[in-house]
Amino acid sequence: MSDRPHPILIGVAALVYFFLMVPLVIVVGAALSDTTYLTFPPQGLSLRWFENIFAISAFRRTIVTSLQIAFLGTLIALLIGIPAAYALNRFRVELPRWLGTLFVLPILVPEIVFGFALLKSLTVGAGVPVFVALLIGHTLLVLPYVVRVISASLASFDFSIEEAAISLGSAPVKTFFTIVLPNVRAGVIAAFILAFITSLNDVSVSLFLTGPGISTLPIQILAHVEQFFDPTVASVSVLLMFLTVAVMAVVERTLGLTFLAK
Amino acid sequence: MTQPLDINAVSAHYGTTKVLEDLSLSVQAGELVSLLGASGCGKTTTLRLIAGFLSPTSGSITLGGRDLTRLPTHKRDIGLVFQNYALFPHLTVLENVAFGLKQRGIAPAERRKRALAMLERVGLAALADRAPGALSGGQKQRVALARALVIEPPLLMFDEPLSNLDAKLRVDMRVEIRQLQRANGTTSVYVTHDQEEAFSISDRVAIMNAGRLMQFDRPEVLYRRPANTFVARFVGFENIIPFKVTAREGDRVTAETAGMALRLPQSAYGTIPDTFLLATRPDGLVVSTDPAAEGLPATLGLRTYLGRAYQYQCETPAGHLIANGSLTAPLESGTAVKLVPAPEQCTILAAEGAR
Ligand SMILES: Nc1ncnc2c1ncn2[C@@H]1O[C@H](COP(=O)(O)OP(=O)(O)O)[C@@H](O)[C@H]1O
Ligand SMILES: [Mg+2]
Repeated sequence: MSDRPHPILIGVAALVYFFLMVPLVIVVGAALSDTTYLTFPPQGLSLRWFENIFAISAFRRTIVTSLQIAFLGTLIALLIGIPAAYALNRFRVELPRWLGTLFVLPILVPEIVFGFALLKSLTVGAGVPVFVALLIGHTLLVLPYVVRVISASLASFDFSIEEAAISLGSAPVKTFFTIVLPNVRAGVIAAFILAFITSLNDVSVSLFLTGPGISTLPIQILAHVEQFFDPTVASVSVLLMFLTVAVMAVVERTLGLTFLAK
Repeated sequence: MTQPLDINAVSAHYGTTKVLEDLSLSVQAGELVSLLGASGCGKTTTLRLIAGFLSPTSGSITLGGRDLTRLPTHKRDIGLVFQNYALFPHLTVLENVAFGLKQRGIAPAERRKRALAMLERVGLAALADRAPGALSGGQKQRVALARALVIEPPLLMFDEPLSNLDAKLRVDMRVEIRQLQRANGTTSVYVTHDQEEAFSISDRVAIMNAGRLMQFDRPEVLYRRPANTFVARFVGFENIIPFKVTAREGDRVTAETAGMALRLPQSAYGTIPDTFLLATRPDGLVVSTDPAAEGLPATLGLRTYLGRAYQYQCETPAGHLIANGSLTAPLESGTAVKLVPAPEQCTILAAEGAR
């Protein structure tokens, strides 16, 4: 084996990057276009379609709602998912095997069906307010990802480390926070980002659960393109990408650093 | 600070499977006791019971007279050293060692001082700021040792601490462990499946089998005077021959096995019961070509070279036996010989029922 990668490998990698980047370039280009219709390459350069996002109140409101739902939903999913993943791995021998499968089952259900079922049970059945129903829906939507990702991280965690800490006088709950969590930090960060993005981009579940006055950004985008063909959707997409990257950066920094500082 | 440990009639189960049965063991203050036995015999389970990671289904455990049975692990004050080191990967070597001191509310400056002093004792002060991942196996185990010792626990426990190290390092490290343990006078329980390791560093060794204690004594006694066939086989008494006494005249006891009679001097063997087992290592059967020798007739089979002796697989009416013969006169397969027991290398065991 030589140190340099094979030319074919370089070629394939370049191709993959190309196909990944092209849509981004097109969307960013279209968003900057000065025309009143979607086009690429952009004709003229302007930020007016970005301004337009904030001129439309529905966009302003749904951006806030989407961020709130994604943030709270992810947080709740982590609060449930981390202990669940911990228990599943810590007591792997003692617990029945199907228990782990239970947490991934929702991924198998088509999201449309999932959304409809939630509509029937939460909004129609139990009369839960729209925002709460959305929050529950998104929490359940991202929970399987959280459990999966953190389980994967815990699978390589040596629990005798936890026992060593306890034997040295650290109470079990404290040990979980000072010893176990810092060692699955990467998993928690990955789970946070994956859950946040999944929630922020979700259409199928939200489609059923949005109601009068409360909607999410992707649903608002859908509503907008039904009526207009201007570059606003492109600029909203760019904004969404920007938000996602920003969240990833913030999560990396804060979670990463607070854990490192113990 | 050194305290005795008492395990009183402890039984333990995993689910419905019984893994320890009625185990009693007393470790004196400052003593190092090894639990020795094959994999799966319950050594780790015993340590986990003492540490409090597992609760006994019956019996009790006391340390320095204090009943541990209902005390949670983090309040037991026991130093643990694991086979896989179990260092905290996200902390530096120094922070690892200082961890237990931090839990005891000791001020940062003081715990740094004490942790450094302990690292000095295991020869790793220079690596204090490294991450554990950047250490060799031997260094990791020294850090683990320092981490357990620095809290000055009344009891120190090791679970196969050297199993992941290579042979040479294992020998060096066990001497080091013993020296530190002696210097601190810490009561210690040491788990291993390696007989040489257990015998070399322990004050006393508990030999376990299938969740039961088989014999608990000083290595010298275990090695020379095993109490039962299990321990005898474990410490290398490969020949165990059943005998019945047919006549006693003065010091001469005549005993018979498979139709062969053997006269044994009672004074050399101690008390000889009417039915007994004669147990010897291969060294304890002298291969004699003298037809008049007082021994068991045998036909030699395969000969192997041990360096210090030749070893013969022998066929006798009493079954298959193994004997060592001198280097000066190698004998051919098929030679008819007498196997003469050397009393000082043999031991008499009580006949056991259907064991
Ligand atoms: N968590 C567990 N659940 C069920 N059985 C176990 C568990 N841990 C150990 N055992 C069983 O208990 C017995 C004793 O195990 P252990 O104390 O680990 O043996 P040793 O340390 O002497 O090798 C073994 O038969 C083992 O299979
Ligand atoms: Mg073990």
